[in-house]
Amino acid sequence: MNKPKEAWITGIGIISSLGEGLDAHWDALNARRINVDEKRFAPYVVHPLAPVSFDAQIPKKGDQRQMEAWQRIGTYAAGLALDSAGVKGNQEILGRMDMIVAAGGGERDVPVDLAILNAYIKSNASPAFLNERLMNDLRPTLFLTQLSNLLAGNIAIVHGVSGTSRTFMGEEAASIDAARIALARIQSGQSDITLVGAAHNGERTDLLILYEFDDFNLKDTFDPVWARNKHSGFALGSAGVFLVIESREHAEARGAKPYARLSNVVTDLAQRKQPGAVTKSLETLWSKLGMPKDNGALITGATGVEPVTSEEKAFLGGHPGCAVRATGTSFGHTMETQFPLGLALAALSLSRGALFPPNDPTGLEVEMTKPPTQIVVMGAGHWQGEGMALVEAIK
Amino acid sequence: MTAPRDKFGRPIVVVTGMGIVTSLGAGKTDNWKKLTAGESGIRTVTRFPIDGLKSTMAGTVDFVTVEPSSSTGLTERLADLATEEALAQSGIGRKGDFPGPLFLAVAPVEVEWSQRIEVGRAVGKPDFDVNDVLKISGGGKFAPYHHRFMFGSVAGHLAEKFGTKGSPISLSTACASGATAIQLGVEAIRRGETDAALVVATDGSVNQENLIRFSLLSALSTQNDPPQAASKPFSKNRDGFVIAEGAGTLVLESYEAAVARGAPILGVVAGCGELTDSFHRTRSSPDGKPIIGCVRKSLADAGMTTEQIDHINAHGTATPENDKMEYVGISAVFGERAKQIPVSSNKSMIGHTISAAGAVEAIISLLTLEHQRIPPTINYEIPDPAIPFDVVPNVARDARVTAVMSNSFGFGGQNASLILTREPI
Repeated sequence: MNKPKEAWITGIGIISSLGEGLDAHWDALNARRINVDEKRFAPYVVHPLAPVSFDAQIPKKGDQRQMEAWQRIGTYAAGLALDSAGVKGNQEILGRMDMIVAAGGGERDVPVDLAILNAYIKSNASPAFLNERLMNDLRPTLFLTQLSNLLAGNIAIVHGVSGTSRTFMGEEAASIDAARIALARIQSGQSDITLVGAAHNGERTDLLILYEFDDFNLKDTFDPVWARNKHSGFALGSAGVFLVIESREHAEARGAKPYARLSNVVTDLAQRKQPGAVTKSLETLWSKLGMPKDNGALITGATGVEPVTSEEKAFLGGHPGCAVRATGTSFGHTMETQFPLGLALAALSLSRGALFPPNDPTGLEVEMTKPPTQIVVMGAGHWQGEGMALVEAIK
Repeated sequence: MTAPRDKFGRPIVVVTGMGIVTSLGAGKTDNWKKLTAGESGIRTVTRFPIDGLKSTMAGTVDFVTVEPSSSTGLTERLADLATEEALAQSGIGRKGDFPGPLFLAVAPVEVEWSQRIEVGRAVGKPDFDVNDVLKISGGGKFAPYHHRFMFGSVAGHLAEKFGTKGSPISLSTACASGATAIQLGVEAIRRGETDAALVVATDGSVNQENLIRFSLLSALSTQNDPPQAASKPFSKNRDGFVIAEGAGTLVLESYEAAVARGAPILGVVAGCGELTDSFHRTRSSPDGKPIIGCVRKSLADAGMTTEQIDHINAHGTATPENDKMEYVGISAVFGERAKQIPVSSNKSMIGHTISAAGAVEAIISLLTLEHQRIPPTINYEIPDPAIPFDVVPNVARDARVTAVMSNSFGFGGQNASLILTREPI
């Protein structure tokens, strides 16, 4: 095989509970700001999306109406990424731009579900009753706002990204694999430029129910991710993050400036029935990553749920010189979006020549005074899937 | 001996094992016999009540059941069956130790009504609200439902059971998912990352709400009686697709690795093409450009011309829009040959297996190459003069077939085409 091509991150689009765009996020992280809501879904804690005017990236109201919140968040963030890369509206490039989206599904119409459910149980109805109610009560277009691949579909329609389009599913791991495949395709010459990312709406009772089934939700009071010894859990967060990744030669040919280099992405599926499997998997991934410096920086999407967070801590304990940052504290758990978020913040930090400050009362996160040259981005899913990426400064 | 690389210098990707489950039955032998006999697997739904529904038939796989019943559970079981068949044929690796990654095409996942009802009943009071449901959801009573309704659950199960390597990829590109999964496997082998990939596409999600959702989009045929005649691809009186279930598994290997271990070579994935339609969420661009571009890309990827394609395994859903646009696209690329080349739709017999369709139909295309016989498009009684395809009407046909194009076009503008050949070109 030919020598792998170098891949640059040339565009970053981000909206979250902390605001929109790179400057807003840089300022918020440096101010150690956290936007968390303990009341709206009490006892469940969530990080709500900061106010956004969707018109700025999704000008047609008709398009906005055809989308559910997660699709709007993602389509908006994708637009920011295209702007940031300087390719917005460039039909020649967008027409051949590849896209890998990591997605879950859209929100259900919970009031409709509850009305049907209550009526069904109260009247001890036959299953045929469901036919009647679903036929009458479901909005026909709701289906399209829920389909996983329709985030990519909306990005194609609104922004014109129309090369290949793949939607990966499977919670946290979906976006780690999205980054891995995007990088592999660029390194091998199968793609010149790829839009990769995810979106998550954390303000959804249907998701709270799903995660409550196995007691994953953080309840009652907010604590930073590393300080949830007394009550473990994740606080769902809303965010959309997209990155434009392209080959160095493609970026240079169009005069694009890079934020950072994406050098490697490695993934695993540890068999978690064995205690310690995640710690062992992360050690293996670390060694596969290409020898990152032990006194470097690491941004993790640590969830705060157990036992995986303790296993992550055990891994980090073996690399004591590393300046660690957990995005879960500032952003909550944004599921598929957590890994692209880590990549975005790594690229942003490298481009600004500094790692943002710690936000952790336990002391696990330490100050980093020198400019980072390498940042490892780590993800271990709340129930399965592990991965790491190496993001490096371009001098 | 043929060089192990194609004309572009990439490793040649071959198929060494295949497994299939459809409403017609489990396994290649049974399916092929029925497909070439023009038999339909579509029947009136018995899995749930059909009272008040506009469409009452489907291609459900009723001979496989799971307990407790759920669409995700059935989806997983169908994948198991197809994969066991494919691995037995291929003889690759060892039991529970597949030497490569998994690419899985699977439907998006949601908690289903039977579970909602169970949780709702557990609330134990009338007129409950969402907070009441949340209150009783935790504590471990329903813990298995978290795992069952995670999007990564089927892939996690398959990866563990068959011992695939690395992080398994679950993907959805709507009706093109099966083709996309094959494409990802081909790309991984061409990159030299692996000598083998396990490609699985599965869909067991004919449940009340799914059928109703497609029905509310006016996508389904309502010609319920007789159900076997409902799916009428390319006919003038076609009125929608018939929702169906199935699974297909392909073992992909580099030609070099397959030859080295003396594996059966069932065919070659010579080319893949993909192009997104940015026109509309459910409709194709009226100029057909994305379909045309997709088909051309697959030919270019294979380094082949239209003259070398002997047969098209059509997307052929039997919706008024799809079949028309498929003709527009194919005729723009194939010119006058579009009227001569045999174009058949497996969906006339097995319905639309949605997430599985691209792989199920690729497998049928490879069986077509193996047996040199083209399955028919059944229910073709009233031709549509706007679609002058040779649809291999109603009766299978013996033919010399060296290369097949298999098309998949889906909601969200997903277009994918594969070119499959008997021998390396």
